[in-house]
Amino acid sequence: MSTTTSTRTAALALAGALVLGACSVDGGAGSDETDAAATGTDGATDSATDGGTDAAAGGGSTGAISIWYSNNPEEIAWADQVIEAWNGDNPDQEVTAQEIPAGESSEEVIRAAITAGNTPCLVYNTAPAAVPSFTKQQGLVSLTEFEDGESFVRERLGDLADQYASTDGEFYQIPWKANPVMLLYNKDLFTEAGLDPEDPPLGTYEEFLATSRTLVEDSSATAAIYPSPSQEFYQPWFDFYPWFAAESGGEQLVADGTSNAASDAAIAVADTWRTMYDEGLAPREPYQGDAFAEGVSAMNSAGPWAVPVYVDINWGVVPPPTSDGAGDVWSFSDAKSVGLYTACENRQTAWDFAKFSMSEDNDRLLLEETGQMPLRPGVTDLYADYFEANPAVLPFAQQLDRVVEVPVVPNSIEVWQTFRNEWVAGVIFGDKEVQPALEEASTQIEQLVQEG
Amino acid sequence: MSAEAGASSSTRSNRPGRSDGWRGRTRRLLGDHPLGYAFVTPYVAFWVLLFAWPLYLAVYMSFRDWFFAAPGADVARPFVGFGNYADVLADPVVHRAALNVAIFILINVPLTVILSMVLAAALNQALPLRAFFRAAYYLPYVTASVAMIAVWLFLFNGTGMVNQVLGPLAPEPTWLVNRFWAMPMIAMFATWKQLGFYVLLYLAAMQNISETLYEAAWVDGASALRRFTAVTLPGVRAATTLVVVLATIVGANFFTEPYLLTGGGGPNNASVSPVLLMYRAGIEQGRAGYAAALGVILAVMVMGLSAFSQFVLEDRE
Repeated sequence: MSTTTSTRTAALALAGALVLGACSVDGGAGSDETDAAATGTDGATDSATDGGTDAAAGGGSTGAISIWYSNNPEEIAWADQVIEAWNGDNPDQEVTAQEIPAGESSEEVIRAAITAGNTPCLVYNTAPAAVPSFTKQQGLVSLTEFEDGESFVRERLGDLADQYASTDGEFYQIPWKANPVMLLYNKDLFTEAGLDPEDPPLGTYEEFLATSRTLVEDSSATAAIYPSPSQEFYQPWFDFYPWFAAESGGEQLVADGTSNAASDAAIAVADTWRTMYDEGLAPREPYQGDAFAEGVSAMNSAGPWAVPVYVDINWGVVPPPTSDGAGDVWSFSDAKSVGLYTACENRQTAWDFAKFSMSEDNDRLLLEETGQMPLRPGVTDLYADYFEANPAVLPFAQQLDRVVEVPVVPNSIEVWQTFRNEWVAGVIFGDKEVQPALEEASTQIEQLVQEG
Repeated sequence: MSAEAGASSSTRSNRPGRSDGWRGRTRRLLGDHPLGYAFVTPYVAFWVLLFAWPLYLAVYMSFRDWFFAAPGADVARPFVGFGNYADVLADPVVHRAALNVAIFILINVPLTVILSMVLAAALNQALPLRAFFRAAYYLPYVTASVAMIAVWLFLFNGTGMVNQVLGPLAPEPTWLVNRFWAMPMIAMFATWKQLGFYVLLYLAAMQNISETLYEAAWVDGASALRRFTAVTLPGVRAATTLVVVLATIVGANFFTEPYLLTGGGGPNNASVSPVLLMYRAGIEQGRAGYAAALGVILAVMVMGLSAFSQFVLEDRE
């Protein structure tokens, strides 16, 4: 190699190293134990640096804020009215809103926005299962930043409040609404199969299995029930978890760091579902469409959102079954919270608006516009006139007093994915026996929670 | 460089003065044609920003307990050495994903090479409706995967057209939830979807083969098959290398098919892929360090496989 060539090569290598070096000044490949986002996005607003624990950063600041809400027309109609009322009274603290940007899921979009530092002040679709992960990202503000933060949540939820506290005892979410999951059934298909549609035998597992067999044999439904058999982490919330809440009397999947994934209640639930799959009463193949709406399945796990969706179906609703058929059973809340994000500069306005949006009147508006339940006790008494006019929603509201949330534990999403993997292997496809599968899940879940 | 040019250059470099010294140093550093650097700079910048830098970050993240955090967040991302790599290599789901890649490549690559070469040879003839067939084979390639997957779901579900035709011969459980058939179905879907592109590569290669070679073979009495093996096959060897390398790279990175066609890598991970696992770990679960380690291992494997394919197939003469 000539001197000229080697000099040129060295110059280019140096230039490349300089470029890489310049790009890595914020994190570098050094050995620092803590580093501030080597993704090169260190130009954060001051308010984003405290991870939600520094009250001085924005706790008392007021001004314009932006929010994101869900993209269904009913919630948009609710939000638009609430925002209009707020802006009319607070012209110096204007709230602007938009739908959550499109993505595979809201959680992915929010996670990306936290990383990029461009979350709005409030997101009205924050899944409680994602809260530990968002908190770890230092994307959520602790409500202890506000004088009345914790007391507001406790007053709003009563005994249910503790389910929404993180492992450090603080609240990083404002529980907002719930869709208690119950068992919907198609009365016409039940009648066709010779079953009593007004008092369906669905209280115990034995009754549920016998009813399922009758439906598949004697009605036009090809499946008794058709939950998604796919492997996404959130699928247990619609087959396993409501039944587990009912069977266990209101336990969470993880309590005090201990997994209940292989408890007697969990195994009883799993055994029943295994029988459903083994006997072809619940198909192993995903359905392309809505099996309940199309009459392919006779039952469905759903919340009050189903009321307007299944308006053309003559349906009834019962709580999830249990082994002994005891009354007043529990179910999964399928709740959504409001998250206050650390990229927000005017946090006091965000907090005040969040409280305003959950006032008694605005919760009534939510109920009227969306049919979804404001997450607060005594809903049936508080809005008795609404339920009198809309009796189809009443069973869901009555269930609201006995709902269980997903555990707010570290590695929450991974915990559910681990559970789902073993459920798919042991229950849906029968590649393993039920008990070893759930014990494996339980062991892994405890490790994940402890690692966090 | 010509002698005249050399003399001229020498004359200029011997002139005293500051300007010549600067020019000399510039020439020594940047060569005789410094403008060339201006032409390559946009691509180099593109490559550095979108390839080298992300690759560097991925390797960096893979050695740490990394997760994505808010800008400016003061979080611990300790160095874990090869910890993430050890976790990846010990994960039984990763083993299954690696096996699935092998199944995919074993089915997809030979099928792609054979089908695209045969179709290209047919489409290179003066067939009736040739333009129509060329467009028809290319259509799946330019249509969105999501739309194509919806079609396959309707074709291959339990009550789909394929099972209606097969009747009692249809597999149980049906294709996409059958742990034996799920991966072959994905490989065949990918082959069908990508075929138009590879047919195009072969067609271009075949149209570059001189007609005189075929005429000489014909004069020598070679049959059609002999002309194909003695003229066409060597003539498209470079294209075959390209097709094998591209099909291997695409095969090792399959994601959309298990994500949508088999409901997230089902049944029970029978069709899970490394990229799907990276998505779950890095995007859904926030375990970016683990996902980066898996990505680095996958990249190294793909580079190795591609290099091996190229070594075996390329014409070293």
